[in-house]
Amino acid sequence: MARMKFVCDAERCIECNGCVTACKNENEVPWGVNRRRVVTLNDGVPGEKSISVACVHCRNAPCVAVCPVNCFYHTAEGLVLHDKDVCIGCGYCSYACPFGAPQFPSQGTFGVRGKMDKCTFCAGGPEANGSQAEFEKYGRNRLAEGKLPACAEMCSTKALLAGDGDVVADIFRNRVVQRGKGAEVWGWGTAYGSKQAGQPPASGVKS
Amino acid sequence: MKRLVLAGAVAILLAACGDKQQTAAGVKSDVPAFQSVTGAGSSYNAPGWKAGDKTAWELQLKTRLQNGQNEYNRVK
Repeated sequence: MARMKFVCDAERCIECNGCVTACKNENEVPWGVNRRRVVTLNDGVPGEKSISVACVHCRNAPCVAVCPVNCFYHTAEGLVLHDKDVCIGCGYCSYACPFGAPQFPSQGTFGVRGKMDKCTFCAGGPEANGSQAEFEKYGRNRLAEGKLPACAEMCSTKALLAGDGDVVADIFRNRVVQRGKGAEVWGWGTAYGSKQAGQPPASGVKS
Repeated sequence: MKRLVLAGAVAILLAACGDKQQTAAGVKSDVPAFQSVTGAGSSYNAPGWKAGDKTAWELQLKTRLQNGQNEYNRVK
């Protein structure tokens, strides 16, 4: 299996915010924290484009590089998760992330800026899969239930794709071929490296 | 007056007792997702794959992705 990836198809996103709602509901994300949000470019202008943005679980994640307490870890599926018991809420990851993924609840142990919260790809955290402790800190662990992230599964236009990177890329490529336009995948190169474009992965290396 | 001051002092001193204990011991190891959810929440597991079988879990996710998000499978 290739690493897990998100792709948002800007040709399909209608800015309905269904993904945002699904995420908040599924993970019981606290007030003031948005793990996912929809960004619209050239809003109101004909031809405007919207994309749904959250943590994209980068290959070489900047948040991992700057964390002073090493609270992040990579799973075997390539997801970037973190341990809230280790996080000190310093906010370095927030400055490092090119996608604005790290969020900080306003009511936490550290006063104004609590422990960091972000998209987990609906894969929870280091606690036991599906446990109450995991749910309270990180939300649902849908991946361990054999399901995909709620945001993508809830997307009405199927603009947001999530899952095995190879399958996601295959679905998106087929769409582009069918419609003949809209091949741009914003953030893909930043998250997974520019070599992603059209190059097969080396043998034994996760793509 | 003394009681009031004493009550205030106790409230301040015990304020920290409400904090949850931290177990900062570096990064914990995570149980792989293919081990599935066991116990009370296991009824939410998607059917069609066996817990602990990595290949079956991967196939389950790929199938779910194709069936749920690739409508070209149905319209063509």
